[in-house]
Amino acid sequence: MAAGVAAWLPFARAAAIGWMPVANLPMPVAPTEKNKRQDELIILNVSGRRFQTWRNTLDRYPDTLLGSSEKEFFYNEETKEYFFDRDPDVFRSVLNFYRTGKLHYPRYECISSYDEELAFFGILPEIIGDCCYEEYKDRKRENAERLMDDQEDNKDAKLPNMTFRETMWRAFENPHTSTMALVFYYVTGFFIAVSVITNVVETVPCGSSPNMKEVPCGERYTVAFFCMDTACVMIFTVEYLMRLFAAPSRYRFMRSVMSIIDVVAILPYYIGLVMTDNEDVSGAFVTLRVFRVFRIFKFSRHSQGLRILGYTLKSCASELGFLLFSLTMAIIIFATVMFYAEKGSSSSKFTSIPASFWYTIVTMTTLGYGDMVPKTIAGKIFGSICSLSGVLVIALPVPVIVSNFSRIYHQNQRADKRRAQKVQKARLARIRISKTGSSNAFLHSKRNGLFNEALEFTSSTEEEQRLNKSTSLLESQHHHLLHCLEKTTNHEFVDEQYYQQSYLDAGLQNYPSRSPSLSSQDGVTGTCCTRRSKKHHSPLPNASAPAHLQPLKHTHTHQQAAPV
Amino acid sequence: MLSAIWETEGLQTVGIVVLVFASIKLLHLLGLISFSEDSVEDELELSAVRHRPEGLEQLEAQTRFSRKELQILYRGFKNECPSGVVNEETFKDIYAQFFPQGDASTYAHFLFNAFDTDHNGSVSFEDFVMGLSILLRGTIQEKLNWAFNLYDINKDGYITKEEMLDIMKAIYDMMGKCTYPVLKEETPRQHVEVFFQKMDKNKDGVVTIDEFIDCCQNDENIMRSMHLFENVL
Repeated sequence: MAAGVAAWLPFARAAAIGWMPVANLPMPVAPTEKNKRQDELIILNVSGRRFQTWRNTLDRYPDTLLGSSEKEFFYNEETKEYFFDRDPDVFRSVLNFYRTGKLHYPRYECISSYDEELAFFGILPEIIGDCCYEEYKDRKRENAERLMDDQEDNKDAKLPNMTFRETMWRAFENPHTSTMALVFYYVTGFFIAVSVITNVVETVPCGSSPNMKEVPCGERYTVAFFCMDTACVMIFTVEYLMRLFAAPSRYRFMRSVMSIIDVVAILPYYIGLVMTDNEDVSGAFVTLRVFRVFRIFKFSRHSQGLRILGYTLKSCASELGFLLFSLTMAIIIFATVMFYAEKGSSSSKFTSIPASFWYTIVTMTTLGYGDMVPKTIAGKIFGSICSLSGVLVIALPVPVIVSNFSRIYHQNQRADKRRAQKVQKARLARIRISKTGSSNAFLHSKRNGLFNEALEFTSSTEEEQRLNKSTSLLESQHHHLLHCLEKTTNHEFVDEQYYQQSYLDAGLQNYPSRSPSLSSQDGVTGTCCTRRSKKHHSPLPNASAPAHLQPLKHTHTHQQAAPV
Repeated sequence: MLSAIWETEGLQTVGIVVLVFASIKLLHLLGLISFSEDSVEDELELSAVRHRPEGLEQLEAQTRFSRKELQILYRGFKNECPSGVVNEETFKDIYAQFFPQGDASTYAHFLFNAFDTDHNGSVSFEDFVMGLSILLRGTIQEKLNWAFNLYDINKDGYITKEEMLDIMKAIYDMMGKCTYPVLKEETPRQHVEVFFQKMDKNKDGVVTIDEFIDCCQNDENIMRSMHLFENVL
């Protein structure tokens, strides 16, 4: 129900007069308030702090504690007020929800106490307004993770029936689970380090024999280095194959980043084995050796921080892209300017604009190698402007990246972004359900035949009470308004399912247009209009006086089946 | 010799660049060009005024509501619009909450124009209460007058078929998609035809206020439904 704007319902109903001249059918009778109370103030005493509000304000949400008759349990006869032994600070938010229709989450409040209060007063947390929802969800997630961590510490024991494969995978992913895993972890780490150091030392010039020039160590001790390389690659291959065997989903494992790094690390060795020492391909062979340095990335399995850094760079892609783009723009501008400024000077190194790129980059990043310097006055002026602007352009996106990193570091240690997406979708679905709840409520009440004009003709008070229990006055007025619209346009509201059904039916056969007849035939067509379920339907009641006996007869049979 | 020429050219480049920047700065100072888009918004902010309605006694005299009723009305009004005036967007939002299945924005637009009698783009509490006074407590004549005013979009005293079609489409839009029977394209048009057949006595293609009032007073259904909402407040 549009409870937040309940105060405007009289206006909406008055404006319905605009439909009257257009309608061809007579309108249904309006619901009347049987006991029209004067709007009165009620006092809510929450642990000593007194809140006062109109009774109508609380009645806006009849499915909560304060809006329904449940609050009568808390009525204190002597002091004529409702006493709740709860937290008065949180109650402020609860009461504001009734007043404004928006639920806010105060930041200083503990998340579990807030949830408890909401549960007590029968309010769903999903309707927290967008302004406070992020905060609420973050706190809730932290709380849930804290609980999960406490549980995890307790249940870190090995689960009884895990297959050998699952044990292996678990050992690979969490080295702390068993000693074997820890040993494996350290051994692989050691060999990665050895491999990287080998690659580095290979190129160092190592003592020269007197006749020839200095040779790098790699060429001097070829065999030793080859053996070391082979050993490392053996270990890595074995590790990769074991991981491949143990992975729960081999296809997904093979596509993951870490496995690609593994493959890239060991492949050059095998390719080198296959290829002979051919002159033509030796150039490519040398390039392949470069890929051996990728072994250093294998360390990222061992270091959480490295993984986070990689993730940050990936998520800051837009800032990095902006940095790159603005730098490129500035480089091109300044290179062009420098080229034309330096065109006049003799023996200028600025032979073309691309040649000036190098100068511009070196100057903007404040490196200043000095291999290219401007000689003209104009060139010097622009060169200084270039270096000043370089400092600025580089300094601007850096704080953004830094703040991104710290945010992600705190947030991304455990939770995935994908989990948040799923929860967001669920929340939106729930809000949508509660919003369509108002239209569903109307359809529901239509189907069950709760119309107040039946009350006009019967004067039995018990039936009155039974019917009054299910819908509040506000709801019945809202439903009357929607009913008037139906009469004006001579079409009815139906739910999505039935609409799909009737749409298909209309497509299959030429549906004859029904004239809006008020005869008793409506009784028969009335059953067709609503959903074909096993429940009893009531026909659309006619407001015209002579037919009042008919709805009376129909609704009388439904009193027994009236839902609570 | 050549180098001297190029060197002066370099200085000339500097001179030209400096001149261009200076002229841009001068134009900016003069306010002829603006670099940021926000300056326009600042102006609008100043004009968002708080409206206070006339006193309770005056409103009581001008409308047919009692003091208590005016109090209740104002409380609801001010709750939704703390600044005291409703603009069209807020109006559309509020009205749309009563019709969750369809799109009430077009009809709300027409309603807004009907309530905004002085056409200043906002509905103050006085406009609101005057309108409600006519709708809830007015004579049949006044109510029919108000309805005619609503249908007559350009307020020229005649309802044409196009105006009626717009209104009809707006009403049918509020029903939404899921209706029974399924809404067809020509349903509003047919409804307009029926309406004109009934109302347009001299068949000149427009409905005047007299034709409208005459015809409505002779129609029993319409007369009865005019009394429908009298106990709303």
